[in-house]
Amino acid sequence: MNRRIIDCRRLLCPMPVINVQDAVEGLPAGDQVEAVCTDPGVLKDIPAWSRINGHRVIEAKSLGGEYIVIVEVVQDSES
Amino acid sequence: MSEQRKAVALISGGLDSLLAARVIQEQGIHVEGINFFTGFCVEGHTHAIRKRDQKKEKRNNALWVAEQLGMKLHIVDIIEEYKQVLLNPKHGYGANLNPCLDCKVFMVHKAYEWIKAKDFDFIITGEVIGQRPMSQRKETMPIVCDESGAHDLLLRPLCAKNLPMTRPEIEGWVDRNRLYGFSGRSRKPQMALAAQFGIEDYAQPAGGCCFLTDEQYAVKLKDLWNARGSKQYELDDIMLLKVGRHLRPSSRFKVIIAREEGEANFLQGYRKRYPHINTVSHGGPLALIDGEINERDIELIGRVVARYSQGRNAAEVELRFTDLSGDSRSLKVVPMPAHQVPKEWLI
Repeated sequence: MNRRIIDCRRLLCPMPVINVQDAVEGLPAGDQVEAVCTDPGVLKDIPAWSRINGHRVIEAKSLGGEYIVIVEVVQDSES
Repeated sequence: MSEQRKAVALISGGLDSLLAARVIQEQGIHVEGINFFTGFCVEGHTHAIRKRDQKKEKRNNALWVAEQLGMKLHIVDIIEEYKQVLLNPKHGYGANLNPCLDCKVFMVHKAYEWIKAKDFDFIITGEVIGQRPMSQRKETMPIVCDESGAHDLLLRPLCAKNLPMTRPEIEGWVDRNRLYGFSGRSRKPQMALAAQFGIEDYAQPAGGCCFLTDEQYAVKLKDLWNARGSKQYELDDIMLLKVGRHLRPSSRFKVIIAREEGEANFLQGYRKRYPHINTVSHGGPLALIDGEINERDIELIGRVVARYSQGRNAAEVELRFTDLSGDSRSLKVVPMPAHQVPKEWLI
């Protein structure tokens, strides 16, 4: 399992969602993407995007003014 | 066994696109959503920035719609490509800086490219004839089909019965009898259809979803272009137009003053890219300076910033000015009385 960290600080939704979507694309099942964000909206938006696209949120938390969301690829992401 | 047909629906997050996608799902078509981010989408940005708004329920409506319909949603960043749409709209602007018809043509074109790349069969939009004065009129419907390149692969399920047959109907992929013939500005037919589907919660019907339709925002964007002498912008420029109080005391520069803590926190992220002023002796806003300034300007800006601080009635307010290289120095000013701030400075 590989985990890729993406910096989404200062970005407002939906840009962090788009960055997660782009990072996930092409990854095999089991790999993870960790988004480090400053828009609290990601705590809802990234999990929502993950649910509808068949991926799993491992963790979504607030940490020292930042918001961390870790997404695990459940199905190989093609489209 | 017939082939499973696939459609992509342009999803704004509003009721019409939700219903259009649902109507086609009902006919057994596999539908996925596509949502385009231009940078001007309203989508809760002020909620995300302003502290007082952060307790309000916030959601991305396009994601929410997709989840309600159980379909995938692809969010596409078109910020760069969209500049040509906004800067050179073939069909002109609406009431403000909204190039609605060109925008629709562009988005359908992008969707058309997408279905070709992903091997989907057709495109759905939630357009309704007569719903919008610029982009959703009987005369504009064929323009969108032709100029986007989608032609008869663009199906508008909510008003299809008022339009010529499209390929999905001709080929029998969808049943025209189960499409609709809505027209006009009334929202009642859509609300009735939503009720029929058991959909009770949806984004404000026909609500504006683009800052370019907002008069105040358009004024700020025109001011930005005038000051720079060219109609160019970057994402950060258009995000900053959504935040703070903008004052232009000179054609050379403007000042962006946070109105509350959330905005100050947001502007903090830009400190390294703009000269800025913090209030030291009193509670007060962070202000970014956009443009070229000289020594006299710094004092003037300081006096304006002090006017918006808690020291507005004090004899003197201490501030800290930081330039682009990160060097900072103290600045003591007399706050500018409110009546001395010319109204024309406020953008």
